[in-house]
Amino acid sequence: MSVSITPLVASAVAAALPLLIAALGELVTERAGLLNLGVEGMMLLGALASFVAVTHGAGLPLAVACGLLAGMAGALVFGLLTISLQASQVATGLSLTILGTGISSFLGRGYVGYRAPASFEPIAVPWLSDLPIIGPLFELNILGYAAVVIMIAVGWLLARTRAGLALRSVGESPVVARALGLKVTRIRYAAVLFGGAMAGLAGTYYALAQLKMWQEGLTSGNGWIALALVVFATWRPGRVAIGALLFGGVTALGLWLQTVGVGVSTFALASLPYLATVVVLVSISADQQALRRFAPAALGKPFFDGD
Amino acid sequence: MKRSRLLGVALASIALSVGALGAAQAADPLKMAFVYVGPVGDGGWTFAHDLGRKAMEKALGSKVSTSFVENVPESGDAERVIRDLATKGNTIILTTSFGYMDSTLKVAKSFPKVEFYHATGFKSASNVTIYNSRMYEPAYLAGIIAGHMSKTGKLGFVASFPIPEVVRNINAYTMGARSVNSKITTKVVWVSTWYDPSKERQAAEALIGQGADVLLQNTDSSATLQTAQDKGVYAFGWDSDMAAYAPKAHLASAIETWGGYYTKLAEAALAGKPLKQTVWGGIREGMNDLVNVNPVIPETARKIVAAKKAEIAGGMQVFTGPIMGQDGSVKVAAGKSLTDKEIDSVNWYVEGVEGQLPGQK
Amino acid sequence: MIGFELVRRAAPSQAMQVIAPLQAVLLTLLAGLGLFALLGQDPLHAFHQFFIAPLSTPNGVSELLLKASPLCLIGLGLAIAYRANVWNIGAEGQMYIGGVFATGLAIHYQQQWGAFMLPSMIVAGALGGMLWAALTAWCRARFHASEILVSLMLTYVANLLIKYLVFGPWQDPQANNFPLTVAFEDNALFPLLAELGWDWFEGTRLNLSIVITLLAIPLAWVFSQRTFAGFQLAVSGSAPGAARYAGYKESRAVWIAMLMSGAAAGLAGVSEVAGPIGQLNDRWTPQYGFTAIIVAALARFNPLAVPVAALLMALLYLGGESVQIELQLPKSISEVFQGLLLMFLLGSEVLVRFRLRRRVSAARGDGQ
Repeated sequence: MSVSITPLVASAVAAALPLLIAALGELVTERAGLLNLGVEGMMLLGALASFVAVTHGAGLPLAVACGLLAGMAGALVFGLLTISLQASQVATGLSLTILGTGISSFLGRGYVGYRAPASFEPIAVPWLSDLPIIGPLFELNILGYAAVVIMIAVGWLLARTRAGLALRSVGESPVVARALGLKVTRIRYAAVLFGGAMAGLAGTYYALAQLKMWQEGLTSGNGWIALALVVFATWRPGRVAIGALLFGGVTALGLWLQTVGVGVSTFALASLPYLATVVVLVSISADQQALRRFAPAALGKPFFDGD
Repeated sequence: MKRSRLLGVALASIALSVGALGAAQAADPLKMAFVYVGPVGDGGWTFAHDLGRKAMEKALGSKVSTSFVENVPESGDAERVIRDLATKGNTIILTTSFGYMDSTLKVAKSFPKVEFYHATGFKSASNVTIYNSRMYEPAYLAGIIAGHMSKTGKLGFVASFPIPEVVRNINAYTMGARSVNSKITTKVVWVSTWYDPSKERQAAEALIGQGADVLLQNTDSSATLQTAQDKGVYAFGWDSDMAAYAPKAHLASAIETWGGYYTKLAEAALAGKPLKQTVWGGIREGMNDLVNVNPVIPETARKIVAAKKAEIAGGMQVFTGPIMGQDGSVKVAAGKSLTDKEIDSVNWYVEGVEGQLPGQK
Repeated sequence: MIGFELVRRAAPSQAMQVIAPLQAVLLTLLAGLGLFALLGQDPLHAFHQFFIAPLSTPNGVSELLLKASPLCLIGLGLAIAYRANVWNIGAEGQMYIGGVFATGLAIHYQQQWGAFMLPSMIVAGALGGMLWAALTAWCRARFHASEILVSLMLTYVANLLIKYLVFGPWQDPQANNFPLTVAFEDNALFPLLAELGWDWFEGTRLNLSIVITLLAIPLAWVFSQRTFAGFQLAVSGSAPGAARYAGYKESRAVWIAMLMSGAAAGLAGVSEVAGPIGQLNDRWTPQYGFTAIIVAALARFNPLAVPVAALLMALLYLGGESVQIELQLPKSISEVFQGLLLMFLLGSEVLVRFRLRRRVSAARGDGQ
């Protein structure tokens, strides 16, 4: 028996899109020098907010706005503590995950047990979506297409614009950036809020486009995978997409191999995506020059604007 | 209306005070506590137990007072919670997940006057009673429906872990389908988790991609059902009625209905004669059911399901021979049935299930 | 900042180091009182149920210690690692492997090894934790792979490894195909304090493994404050440039930090499987390794503050259970509390290193 490739690609693409969205946000945050480990928490906030919105009759655009805002609210807390109050980024990010998980579980209790009353459905591009293997790339929902647009926009912004240069300088050396007259604090807040908005959008994707429901811990640890993808991609947007596809693909493959009866332990198959991430991470990181070129030098380091 | 209810309560309390307990205890509500493994809002396993708790409260009114603790990990924490509940004067404690087995037994030893009820385990004691539901019965009925609805002749099963409970549900589902169409096969994907909606979705996609067009899942989210709706195939609800998640794809829900049993055990305790018998109930005992059957299912199929349900309610055992193993060899001879012990430790697939059962050579 | 700005202190304020955590606890309590009132509960009663009631009996106290002990042990290891700027996020996985190693010995040799069983398991558990941490250390030291991500990914793998073992080769043949190993016998379990003649602990689950934690506290302090290796680690963490100048190898710091935190996590794993669990099963995922990250952060990586933070986190957990049993408040409330407390604490801490000053001129904008 053979594995037909096209549906496998479709499954990988579907799993990859929310990871891509969240990872792009975190990438921008990290490029500005801040490591926000609270992605999972912000995603859950975004997922719940958007689901609550559609439940109460809001249209999809408003629901997306709610998801974005909820993610940004989480990010704002992170920004206040780490940028303005100089708190540890790692500790704040982890706390944000706990807080986001707790708040979403607490407030979401009444929203369990039914399908999202409005949701995003796939829109096929005529002809292109019928192509073998790559067809699934042309049968996404609006949020999926948005993810691709955001990826291109972030790539272009970082590489080709003044704003991107400013962002990167802040992440490289905030002291130098300030000396150049850049408003470091403002740029960092903007980057963190963008990260929160994208995490919120990823959560919205789970709640309204992929799973179409709300349940406690809906995102089931995918925020952490998004974080891994940023390093995996050595902070380059295009590679985030490749990484997300690879992760979604390896997970799908582990499940697909079972349907064709491969005699490998299911637990070994289930651990494949994690082992693959480690292996790729190691092989990427071994190339120190690439890492130095793209890793924001000031990542995770506190910077006090008042000195 | 109100008066008749009052009358009912009055009659009931008279009946009770005639019983062994006496008036004083009839006035004091029976304190019952539930230990849940998930959140009450999980829409599945824990949700079903909580519905049972609520149904019992409704049936018995002020004669019982209940409380619950949700999200209790099946690790070292369980024993503390159970002990705490026993210390706080609960006379009946229900621990509703397999992983609470040893903790329940430990606490039960130090509280001989408290009655413990443990769901799905296999170790009992003088004050620890086991109860479980034969979910393979509604799984078998679901299989019959699947056999009628499948066009490809391929069914899919999203499975959590290769424990006997899951294995026998896979078997029953397949047997039900093959009772209608002997060519049907079932593909199984193990997701190695009870709850991960994204992964459950990908598993369902893998099955659908391989041609499976009627899915069943033994996991804790409704992701499989949702995926079926998105991909235009059919699936079932599991543990609780999941029709609202995917009205089009939903063929029926195999549900746990604990309310009747909980009411019965509370009444028995109120009467001073707590239930001590291991209960492994099914459709006959009202502990589970197949509900909310979708009208798209042809009338003939619905009639067969109803007839089989009546047979099961009349005492028919699902795992009755002839049952073939995967290799076609006879596992259960015609006229014989698996014993409860065999059902509860099954580690082989029936004919028609594809692939190898994890952990088996 | 409206009207105020932060000014860096010349030296960290001693007073604020004490005041900041108190202020955070106070703010959390206030937020908690408000939250309880919002939920229609009598705030004081709810407060009592959350923070006082769990400690009102010897059993409650021993449960608190039982819960806090592994958190403290792992937290100590992580505090040392984090001081060296080595972000081991995967202590949970290292704890699993500690439990796996101890279990491997127990189920194969508990009949033969008699009194040597438990000590061997303790050693094996520490080695198991170190081994799993060593994988991360190797990836980081040799290939510069992010230890945050590698250790996290390996936690998932460790969990699946446990599942493979208890569903396969280590499954108890008597367990009806359920995923459990055989139960450990007495020589493979930590004795209960009550059995050792400590009457006050009669009927409680507190066991001798707490001694490991009690020994680890001064050891961790001595290591980080009084040994050269500890000093090197701290320098590598706080001033990597200076460390390089002084000739300290970064990879050495990574190895020491990872191995020490791995050993502590492995020991916590033993204290679980040979303690309240008494076997290995597929559902043993207590999350202590993740909670301990917060413990270490709350303690600001100070080994002497770690036990206090561990007790506090354990209390938040027990309090959540207590209000659920008594008031039927949802369990997620304790997560909300944990999150709030951490946020307040992280926010308050700024005052240790900075002070507030009234802004002189409003026209400067953006604090630049």
